[in-house]
Amino acid sequence: MTRTDSAESTGPLLTATRLRKTYGPTAALNGAEFTIDSGEIVAVMGPSGSGKSTLLHCLAGIITPEGGTVHYRGHELSAMSDAQRSKLRRGDFGFVFQFGQLVPELTCAENIALPLRLAGTNRKEAESCALEWMARLEVDDVRSKRPGQVSGGQGQRVAVARALAARPRVIFADEPTGALDSLNGERVMELLTTAARETNAAVVLVTHEARVAAYSDREVVVRDGQARDITSATAGIA
Amino acid sequence: MILRWCRELGMGAGFALSGGRPGWTRMLLTALGVGLGVMLLLLASTAPTVRDAMQDRMGARSPVFLEEGEEAGGDALLASYELTGFRGTMVSGLLLEPLGDPEAAVRPPGIDRIPTAGELYVSPALRDLLRSEDGALLAERFDEASIVGVIGAEGLSGPHELHFYLGTDTLSKEPAPSAVSSFGEDRSNSGMDPVFVMLIVVIIVVLLLPIGVFVLTAVRFGGESRDRRLSALRLMGADNGMTRRIAAGESLVGALLGLLVGACLFLVARMFVGEVPLPYGGVSPADTVPAPLIAASIVVLVPACAVLVTLFALRKVAVSPLGVSREGTDRGRRLWWRLVLPAVGIAILAVLGGGSASAADEWAIVTGVLMTLTGFTLLLPWIVEVVVARLRGGPLSWQLATRRLQLNSGPAARTVSGITIAVAGAIALQMLFSAVDEADREATGQGPSQVQLVASSSVDSSAEGLAFARGIDGAEGVASSFSILRADLPLVGAEPDSSGRQERRSVVVADCAALDKLITFSSCADGDAFVAGADGDGDSFADRGDASVVRPGDRLDLDNAYPGTGVTDPRPWDVPRVEQAGTREFTVGETYEGLFVTPSAFPVEELSDIRSTVLITLDPRVPDAAEHVRNHIGIGDPGLTLHALSPDANSTEMAAVGDALRAAAIVTMAVIGASMVVSTIEQLRDRKRQLSVLVAFGTDRSTLGASVLWQTAIPVVIGLVIATGCGLGLGLLLLRMAGLPVTDWLSFVPLVGAGLAMVVLVTLASLPSLWQMMRPDGLRTE
Amino acid sequence: MSISNTLLGLLESGPRHGYDLKRTFDERFGHDRPLHYGQVYSTMSRLLKNGLVEVDGVEAGGGPERKRYAITDAGITDVGRWLATPEKPEPYLQSTLYTKVVLALLTGRDAADLLDAQRAEHLRLMRELTRRKTNGDLGDQLICDHALFHLEADLRWLELTADRLDRLAGEVGK
Repeated sequence: MTRTDSAESTGPLLTATRLRKTYGPTAALNGAEFTIDSGEIVAVMGPSGSGKSTLLHCLAGIITPEGGTVHYRGHELSAMSDAQRSKLRRGDFGFVFQFGQLVPELTCAENIALPLRLAGTNRKEAESCALEWMARLEVDDVRSKRPGQVSGGQGQRVAVARALAARPRVIFADEPTGALDSLNGERVMELLTTAARETNAAVVLVTHEARVAAYSDREVVVRDGQARDITSATAGIA
Repeated sequence: MILRWCRELGMGAGFALSGGRPGWTRMLLTALGVGLGVMLLLLASTAPTVRDAMQDRMGARSPVFLEEGEEAGGDALLASYELTGFRGTMVSGLLLEPLGDPEAAVRPPGIDRIPTAGELYVSPALRDLLRSEDGALLAERFDEASIVGVIGAEGLSGPHELHFYLGTDTLSKEPAPSAVSSFGEDRSNSGMDPVFVMLIVVIIVVLLLPIGVFVLTAVRFGGESRDRRLSALRLMGADNGMTRRIAAGESLVGALLGLLVGACLFLVARMFVGEVPLPYGGVSPADTVPAPLIAASIVVLVPACAVLVTLFALRKVAVSPLGVSREGTDRGRRLWWRLVLPAVGIAILAVLGGGSASAADEWAIVTGVLMTLTGFTLLLPWIVEVVVARLRGGPLSWQLATRRLQLNSGPAARTVSGITIAVAGAIALQMLFSAVDEADREATGQGPSQVQLVASSSVDSSAEGLAFARGIDGAEGVASSFSILRADLPLVGAEPDSSGRQERRSVVVADCAALDKLITFSSCADGDAFVAGADGDGDSFADRGDASVVRPGDRLDLDNAYPGTGVTDPRPWDVPRVEQAGTREFTVGETYEGLFVTPSAFPVEELSDIRSTVLITLDPRVPDAAEHVRNHIGIGDPGLTLHALSPDANSTEMAAVGDALRAAAIVTMAVIGASMVVSTIEQLRDRKRQLSVLVAFGTDRSTLGASVLWQTAIPVVIGLVIATGCGLGLGLLLLRMAGLPVTDWLSFVPLVGAGLAMVVLVTLASLPSLWQMMRPDGLRTE
Repeated sequence: MSISNTLLGLLESGPRHGYDLKRTFDERFGHDRPLHYGQVYSTMSRLLKNGLVEVDGVEAGGGPERKRYAITDAGITDVGRWLATPEKPEPYLQSTLYTKVVLALLTGRDAADLLDAQRAEHLRLMRELTRRKTNGDLGDQLICDHALFHLEADLRWLELTADRLDRLAGEVGK
């Protein structure tokens, strides 16, 4: 597995400037700015339909914005080919979504091993690595169950393990606790943030729940397609 | 690179195999679907082998007769073909008589010695028939012969062939016995009737196309859950190429399993192939071996097609990490390119329709038929979409079904397209078929009115001929008979040709009642003479040798024995004044053209080489009348032949092929029906949650059941309507090409009926799983 | 929160010294605000007067902190009554934040900035509580959660108000 190593690793890990993206007549993003450093956990908040998820998708290179740029370690994402962006998702990025990201046909352990195998690790190695992560996220008892057979909390923890297994630099989490009750949700958040800090992974955390956002270091509010860094705004006042 | 590709294909294969219970079910269904197709393809691939083996054996048992004047060796034997029929089935055989030592004599394959006079070797099927109650009447014909052995499979065309070898001692008493020096001649492909070739080609296309379509549909089972899986893979960083290769790997597994299943099904089917009553004596399991080249291409092409189809199906699909979106769903299907193929196909067939089909045109016909049929298949999704988009209103079940189809009618249309091809092809063939059949029927019907059998025998004198006729007249089952004597007389004064043969003229001697069966005249009385078939100057007879026209004043020699068979004793006879008469078409047996005289106008008793022919009408009150007449004539006399003119006896083979065609079309429909059950269940499973919500709303079972029915019925009915139109059109084009009139406008009725029955069956078969899906626990999420 | 009821409740499990009571209280409920000894003794003497506790014994060495207190039957009844009586839910109708927002609108100041600043402050506290919760025991977690839910409720109000600032400005301006 190769990372997109470059000399610019001193700058911010991921920056977005003046992002613009419209769906039909509505503008999901209209000049949004965003930046995140290595190991930082940033919450992206905002009312539903404000463009939080669109921002995350743009940052991860899943969708291409109509205007503005996204730089990851000095490379512009929209200038990359689909294959390059796929490679980035394979090695440098991890994803945790509200639900539906697990492959229902595979067991939990196989799901976690999947990104490693996509990146070319052999099956045995990938699965033993998956088991380590399952132990860390306290779901090693469901290793041979399929996603349909485990509880929502376990499923999300499997998803977190999968996002972390390839040791990504950035984890994109879109409402990772959205489908969970608060107790399970907080456990998932605790495990996610602890593991992210241990591996020095940055986390872009999209959520509409303040208590989930409270696990972050910093908060960005998306409103009317624009992203505002609330934390630094306060710093300015103080 | 290659290694990487292989690994990704392998990963896909892994997904396919590790899918858990639903995954396995889907995989097995795919394998079964592909397997059924592969089985049929493999069975079809045995055709060349079967035909070659049959021809080889038929060739190996053909006697090689000595040329005239050739010296017979010590191992030579006398032989004569014997053909008889039994209730419409042909019974063939050979009369054998050794010239010298029976042990040393050549013998046909399948028997271990030459039967002596009165001994009989029979094929197993004939043995069974003779022993059965049904065959008692046939057994009478062989009454004096005792069965001493059974002909081995190597001497038969197929397991159901009725064939015999009868030992005799009368062949040597014949005036011109034919000696056989050996058995086995090279039977290279004899030229086939172009219409027949066309039939075969169209049958193959019609049966194989739906199978192809079916295999292609089968590899796409489970498409929706695969889409979800692929999208999850994309999120994890699989690029487009990887995703495609993984998907290809998945369908590859299905196809490979399908090959395996198909091979097993083929081996099973092969065991029972001997039981199937096919024309030409059936097919033995031992012959049912796929032609290596075709089998190899099936093994290679089926998986390759599976992969290609998957890649092609994904071509229009954008698998993004956030889900799968299909291009063109809102744009709608385009019409113009779907029209190109059928238009070109129809154009080819229409242009060809002008001339008669020659060998060079066969490929054009195949291309035309193929393009027309596949073209309509391409047209189908567009038509389904357009029709479905206009459906609205109606009861709730109808609304649910039409809205669902409007959302995505692709899978339904794809499945139905197989049916469309099968039905359209079958309708076209049925039309062609009944027209060919009818043409034959009419041809035979044009023979002497009511004459059903024609018996003829070579006799040495008119007295013998009349005795033969009298014998038949008194036989059981004969209502009336007309005796005709016919002889070829040398033309006096004509120069012998290079081979020493004298030019001859055909003379038919019969009373007015019998003559009326052969020619048309205004009046007839004993003493009259007629000439028929001449058009004045006789040019049309230029190449007909003995049948050439006779003119008054021509001098014929009453000593008509062939040179070398007796003493020449020229007795000239002058052709009297003749009336011009019209010919009746008489397609079976001899051609009756030339000079026709009443008995008192011709000294028939002076002739020595006469063909005595009896036209027989059967007594409808006697069951199996024809068999009784055949029994009366018996077998064992090589100079004696019996032809049946009754249409039913003649057309059984055609009818068999027609039945086989209909049966094959219905089998194809059944296979497609099975695949529709699979895809319906598949689709129900995908919509489990929505169904549960509908149930939670209080939707009752009958409404949901009816919506499943509509969902199947709407595309099938559209498909059947198109198939009927396309089939009738194609049938008309083919008929025009064959130069035949339309005789069967209603050929589509049974097939359309079968299609509708299939809709009901598919719905019934899907209902149990619908009930299962409707249980409220479907509301639970993962 | 009633200190006297809490101390009385703590005594129900067995007699305790005054300093012991203070320590237990601080451990379980004190957190931010530990009790003063003075508070403990004044409370105890009031309870003694009301006959809800009695002095169980006095240790040698003198000093008021050496007294051991025990709960009386009347005290047990009192604790039971207190626990069974639901607390009156706070109506939160007098909100400083609302006042600030309206005043900002009336004086033409940027109410959105005010709300954002408040939001950031709320979230800062929530982060702190979350951190404490992550490292603490179950008691810490429950106490922090209580505060977190309240803060979250405030935060939701802030969000809702921010979304309806325009309408509010219209109504205030009339």
